[in-house]
Amino acid sequence: MNVRMLLLALLLMASPALAQGFAGLGGDAQGFAVPERGVALSFPQDHGAHPDYRIEWWYLTANLKGADGKDYGAQWTLFRSALAPEEKSGWQSPQLWMGHAALTTAETHYSAERVARGGVGQAGVTLSPFVGSIDDWTMTSHAPPSADALSALNVNASGDGFSYRLDLAAQGPLVLQGDHGYSVKSAQGQASFYYSQPFYEVHGTITVGGKDIAVTGQAWFDHEWSSQPLAKDQTGWDWFSFHFADGAKLMGFRLRDAGEGFTSATWIAADGAPEPQPPGALTVTPLAWTDVKGHRVPVQWKLALPGKGLEVTTSPVNPEAWMDTRVSYWEGPVRLQGTHPGQGYVEMTGY
Amino acid sequence: MLTQGFAVLLSHWWRHKLQFAMLLLGLALATALWSAVQAINGEARASYARAAAVVGQDRLEQLTTADGTHIPQESYIALRKAGWLVSPVLEGEKRFGGERLRILGVDPITLPADAAQVDVGAADIGLARFITAPGVFIMSGETAARLKGVDTPPIRISDALPPGTVLTDIGIAQQVLDAPGQLSRLLLAPRQPTEARPLAEVAPGLVRRAPAVESDLSRLTDSFHLNLTAFGLLAFAVGLFIVHSAIGLAFEQRRPVIRTLRALGLPLRTLVLLMVVELLVLSTVAGLIGVALGYGVASLLLPDVAASLRGLYGAEVPGTLSIRPSVWGLGLAIAVAGTLVSAASRLWRIATMPLLAPARPRAWSLASERALRLQAVGGILLLVAAWLVVQFGSGLVAGFSALGAMLLGAALLLPLVLSLLLKLGERLSKGVIAQWFWADTRQQLPGLSLALMALLLALAANAGVGTMVQSFRLTFVGWLDQRLPSELYVSTRSNDESQKVHDWLASRSDAVLPIWNTEVRMFGQPVQVFGIADHATYRDYWPMLEAMPDAWDRIARGEGALANEQLARRQKLALGDMIPLEGGHKLPLVGIFSDYGNPKGQVIIGVRLLETLYPDASRLRYAVRIAHDKAPKLAEELRATFDLPEENVVNQTTIKDFSLKIFERTFAVTAALNVLTLGVAAIAIFASLLTLSGMRLSQLAPAWAMGLTLKRLALLEILRSVALASFTMLAAVPVGLGLAWMLLAVINVEAFGWRLPMHVFPMDWLRLFLLAVASAIIAALLPALWLTRRQPADLVKVFANER
Repeated sequence: MNVRMLLLALLLMASPALAQGFAGLGGDAQGFAVPERGVALSFPQDHGAHPDYRIEWWYLTANLKGADGKDYGAQWTLFRSALAPEEKSGWQSPQLWMGHAALTTAETHYSAERVARGGVGQAGVTLSPFVGSIDDWTMTSHAPPSADALSALNVNASGDGFSYRLDLAAQGPLVLQGDHGYSVKSAQGQASFYYSQPFYEVHGTITVGGKDIAVTGQAWFDHEWSSQPLAKDQTGWDWFSFHFADGAKLMGFRLRDAGEGFTSATWIAADGAPEPQPPGALTVTPLAWTDVKGHRVPVQWKLALPGKGLEVTTSPVNPEAWMDTRVSYWEGPVRLQGTHPGQGYVEMTGY
Repeated sequence: MLTQGFAVLLSHWWRHKLQFAMLLLGLALATALWSAVQAINGEARASYARAAAVVGQDRLEQLTTADGTHIPQESYIALRKAGWLVSPVLEGEKRFGGERLRILGVDPITLPADAAQVDVGAADIGLARFITAPGVFIMSGETAARLKGVDTPPIRISDALPPGTVLTDIGIAQQVLDAPGQLSRLLLAPRQPTEARPLAEVAPGLVRRAPAVESDLSRLTDSFHLNLTAFGLLAFAVGLFIVHSAIGLAFEQRRPVIRTLRALGLPLRTLVLLMVVELLVLSTVAGLIGVALGYGVASLLLPDVAASLRGLYGAEVPGTLSIRPSVWGLGLAIAVAGTLVSAASRLWRIATMPLLAPARPRAWSLASERALRLQAVGGILLLVAAWLVVQFGSGLVAGFSALGAMLLGAALLLPLVLSLLLKLGERLSKGVIAQWFWADTRQQLPGLSLALMALLLALAANAGVGTMVQSFRLTFVGWLDQRLPSELYVSTRSNDESQKVHDWLASRSDAVLPIWNTEVRMFGQPVQVFGIADHATYRDYWPMLEAMPDAWDRIARGEGALANEQLARRQKLALGDMIPLEGGHKLPLVGIFSDYGNPKGQVIIGVRLLETLYPDASRLRYAVRIAHDKAPKLAEELRATFDLPEENVVNQTTIKDFSLKIFERTFAVTAALNVLTLGVAAIAIFASLLTLSGMRLSQLAPAWAMGLTLKRLALLEILRSVALASFTMLAAVPVGLGLAWMLLAVINVEAFGWRLPMHVFPMDWLRLFLLAVASAIIAALLPALWLTRRQPADLVKVFANER
């Protein structure tokens, strides 16, 4: 999962009073809807926003290879944070939106942030057609009406020194995480609704320092919403999404707390069939640390999932993939070595 | 030796306590007025800076419409969608319980960090509360105190905001200001992404505007502060005259002491050094007293200044003074520097004086005829320069330069003029005593001329400013009669009530005239637009300065607009020029009317056109025409029928009284500074006379020896002082008239945007004349009294030894 949450807080203007859990994600649901086990997700409605839940995000990460032979990474995220469980039109809307975009090269990690109020048309998600947008950043569906709206997307974003335009075509089905989309986030039962589309093939162009580079690659999309995704004592998380060379995928995370932490993982077969792993089955071990912008972050990991005979180590395309945003975190592309070579993305928050 | 030498020098002050007091008083007063003015200006400027810094206007580029009208919200969205990092601001004014508040609506989410001086996410506000109804009003503690008991959204205090300003969410502001979907301007984030589409393509109506380094307010109020500064400088200059004469006397009287000290072997360098140290100590003490005094004066004046600024410009300045070390440090420094400058010539003389030169108390004060003429030539040159600046210069600084040149020129001319007048007196007088009187007065002139020049400045400033204020008052009162011809003025509380009140009044009065208005941005500044009905009330009374013959017909048909004088002057509008209204609608200017006391531009159009162009305009107020004697009863019935509060139905007299009261407060500061300056000038004369009285014995002794009694001599001394003051007053009248003319025709136009006719008030001059004579008598009284108490032996001694 990518409890990529941050936002809010930020949205909550980073007040120290809110420093419970990372970015204010701990705490009570306060009138917001709470995810319940056994509720079936339904599409395309659930591609859209769920204003009665406190937080929500549409998250895309892409491992790209340039025509120049170099590895690149791109991130596009739209966050929603609700101050109240309702939607109103105009400035009265209590819905806040935030976008993060990043482009990673071996030398530089570019990141940008956008913020907006709901209700006035500056940001939001519409369903027909599916468009997620904030300012000039958009994620637009161009899928035929018969297909899932997310099966074909155009995604673009730009920031200081970079921009990208990517065309995404899904090569597999949507994947429901956890128990049919009900994803547990702590031993106490905090949970979110969570599904992914990890099978994108990508073609597009990135622009770095004024130079256009044609790219191809793989992308992973997550959509997750909840009202209280973290337990109060959880301080951050390490999240992994891996594309293996044999076509299988792995989503895994560890939520850190004072003790052992909480790990969870979903093994996704090459045909898209999810195999949720029991809590604790995945073990993650930092191997090497680096200092980025005043934060000490593990940049090399060993992940083991004995049930699947998996043991891989990650190495970052750029160890300094720090998101220099209001709520800052590490997010970047990695290469995989070990039993299952491949590539993927790692996100680390709360360091 | 050093200590003894210093003690000897200081002992002089012990023996001349009055002189010492005079020196301290002069310096302290001068410092006090100067620091008071600086403190007041500093307070006001800090307040403007705070106002300018609100939402980063002083640091961030902005997008506005070229003609200053509102920006539709769609343009904001379009710009964001095109990649521009902009943040919306809506600004407007709204009354809450009689308090006029400047409402600033911002979007805290997109507001650039540079522009956010209030953390709305702080625990006591909370983003959720801030952006959702009923919202939160953030304002200074002082503003909140003024709003006690008034119905507003929940209030939070932040002293980052200037008084009278409310920070609230953009959505709340749109509701409060009744401007849905409207924005005033867009703030540009300092770093814009590289790929945004060109502005002309996305929002063609918008232009980029550089950060407002200088706010509208500080520009508007510049004149007012320059005015205060001028007064402060004048007072300081007058104060320095006192210091100069007191120090001069002390040096002369100490010549024997100095001679002795030097003869005893105190090196010249050490002596001068000791005297400098003495001056430093004295001026520091006096400066400290002055600064403390200045703080008191400033605290007393500030509420009136704040009221003036609010009344004249709508500028909000807190009524309480904060201590600014820079102001007070500067006050102290200027006291010390002023003293050293005043004493420089004396120190120089001591440094170059032959060791055993005899003291000659009269010699130093005798200026040669040639010096007098040179000074007069300088004065004439300055007057010519003033005239040239008025003819060819423009702007406020030019106005004040001309004013300064004229005052200084007149002051420099004064000794020659007085000398001529005294010569004339001498020629016309008969009898020995009379002739001696005139000749002796003339001989005394050089010693008194500095003090008399100070008096001239003070009197001229008094006469000039008095004439200006009185002319203004006369014009203002006449204008109020024109502007407020209706018997009753009614404010309703809602559009619904407004309609009912209108219908109710229609059958009970001669006419119900709507006073509907809205505030827009036009020519890049806030402008009030009023709609008025076609009625004889306006045709007969409206204070038009110039107008086309069919102006009222064209307004009634919606084919013309009126502008107030300040807008017309600021934008250099002439009849026939086009006034840009909402939605590209333009109307020719058909008339210009006077609108004193209004800091803002105003445009008047037909009321029907107002309804069409500005459907959101406030339609709550009416003027009611009815027979004068029936008005009170109608007002009573109206209040009873609609349960309207007392202040919502007011009669003409009440409004006029209220307006006049504002007017009086506005000039209270001027009056206070005027009196203080005159006071300082009186002290200057007193100090000079005191200085001279000590040295005049050698002139008076022969007259006494020839049979004039001491009483008679004392009387003549007082008469002399009166004569000099009277002559100075005579000279001050034309200077004062020139000053008044400059204030009315040059400074006022630049500062306020209106020109006033000049009226002359001879009775005020007579009062001033009596005041001048009275102060001259008081100043001369003590030295004269001392003279009558002189022992014959003192006088005889004059003949016995040479000094």
